Amino acid sequence: MVYPGLFPWLQSLNALAGGFFLLCAFGLVAVRQAQDCLRLFVAQSLFLCLSAFMLGILLHSSDLIVVGIIDFISKPVVIPWLLRRTVGGEVHTRREITQVFNIPTSLLIALALTIGAYLFAMPLLRAGNAGELIGSNLPIGLAGLLIGAFTMAVRREAVPMALALISMENSAFFAGIAIAPDFPLIAEVSIAFDVLILTFLIGLLTRAVHQQIGTTAVGELTELREANQS
Amino acid sequence: MDKRILFNLLQVVVVLLFSPLVAGVTSRLKEMVQSRRGPSIFQPYRDLRKLFHKDEVVSERSSWLFRFTPYLTFVTPLFVTLLIPVLTDYPLFFAFMGDMIAGGFMLSLGGFFATLAAVDSANPYGPMGASRTRMVGFLAEPVFMIVFFTVSFVAGSTIPFIVQQAWVTPPVNFFEPSHILLMLAFLMLIIAEGGRIPVDNPSGHFELAMIDESKTLEYSGRGAALTKWGGYMKTFVLLCIFLNVLVTPWGVAHEQTFAAVMFAVPMVLGKIFCFILVLVVIESSLSKLRLFRIAEFLGAAFITSVAAMITKLFIS
Repeated sequence: MVYPGLFPWLQSLNALAGGFFLLCAFGLVAVRQAQDCLRLFVAQSLFLCLSAFMLGILLHSSDLIVVGIIDFISKPVVIPWLLRRTVGGEVHTRREITQVFNIPTSLLIALALTIGAYLFAMPLLRAGNAGELIGSNLPIGLAGLLIGAFTMAVRREAVPMALALISMENSAFFAGIAIAPDFPLIAEVSIAFDVLILTFLIGLLTRAVHQQIGTTAVGELTELREANQS
Repeated sequence: MDKRILFNLLQVVVVLLFSPLVAGVTSRLKEMVQSRRGPSIFQPYRDLRKLFHKDEVVSERSSWLFRFTPYLTFVTPLFVTLLIPVLTDYPLFFAFMGDMIAGGFMLSLGGFFATLAAVDSANPYGPMGASRTRMVGFLAEPVFMIVFFTVSFVAGSTIPFIVQQAWVTPPVNFFEPSHILLMLAFLMLIIAEGGRIPVDNPSGHFELAMIDESKTLEYSGRGAALTKWGGYMKTFVLLCIFLNVLVTPWGVAHEQTFAAVMFAVPMVLGKIFCFILVLVVIESSLSKLRLFRIAEFLGAAFITSVAAMITKLFIS
């Protein structure tokens, strides 16, 4: 199907997509504007698609190519559109958003999480006698998961939090496509659909919060209060 | 053997002669992007000649450091030139005298003395700029270390001539994530160390906002000329390390003949000018960061370099 001399190139490009995928995850922790968060998320999804295509060619799996196409449509196009429709202008604000820690500190913590992810993944890779493809995708996906969780904890705004949640799903996919390339297609499709529903719900919730208190800085909501109390 | 000494000295001459041209082309291109005409690309040569012919004024209160520093900032890039591949892809006579770490130390030696001289001059802006340069410098240092260690881990050597080959044999190695990420990190380092726009504005004339420039405010005449020329050469050397060792090891001489080495001169200059185009685009499309955001910029560079390291270190 593919000219064998091309294999190392595809492998290398897959690893490269992984490297940039990881950088996008770091960017999601660090950037200051909600708009940039969205752009980084879109970039991350594109790198995920790229990796899916590469793996699809390398592993002769047409399923993965379909997964890549579904991702290509749903994440970079539909999710930004959905968020825009539900949340409104808050997605595209250039307003500076704050974090719990300052940026260098959160970057360093994210870095520690990445190294941790590699340390967790190494014994698995060695025990499973995994090839180079899993070797590049599994640790990066794991790192992306941890960094996404950390981003959700450290961000104070609803939109970046939501994006971090979906980027965690991205990361799980990123590891998953290498580990289980023969995963049934129907499951992949349903997951992709789930993510859309999830985004829709989060968007509606954010909109409700925004209407109620006039901001999406959910990190400042620390007190319980009754709804109609003035 | 004597040929290799000759080539090595030729490298020094090339760096001496062409580094002002690189600075001239950069500023001309930047002006052109801003739709102005800008000075001639040979303006730095004229500036240097003018400064060499002028009298030098040295404060009575300053010490020997102030007079000694211009010579040091002029000489250190030349020493580094002896160690790095500017024109050839085989090690030259002095190549094993020191490795990349030695080169880094030598460049920072010049920076260190420039800082001391700025404090010595007792101009109030000098120490301010010096302390800011130190801030940028110490934030850039970890990135330098990680980049150097990753590069030498991959190549199994710290001699730049050997490192040069590691990324392109086989050619698919070029696209390794660690390579591309290292390139990114080093690009950010060049921007920070060269005082380029997201970090510092090289053409700004406002003393309070200066980082790099204010250290040399007190110099005049020959001292100013030497410091300026040293600065041009430092940029040239950094670009050579970046382009010939890390990014594109092509275009340098492979045969040990005089013709091949001479042919490499326009090739290397062409590579540098291509890179300057990229640099001008970066500089024209970004705005200068506030001082305390520089930590974030270099933090990003650090993250990139560490990501490059771990993708290489754990997998291989």
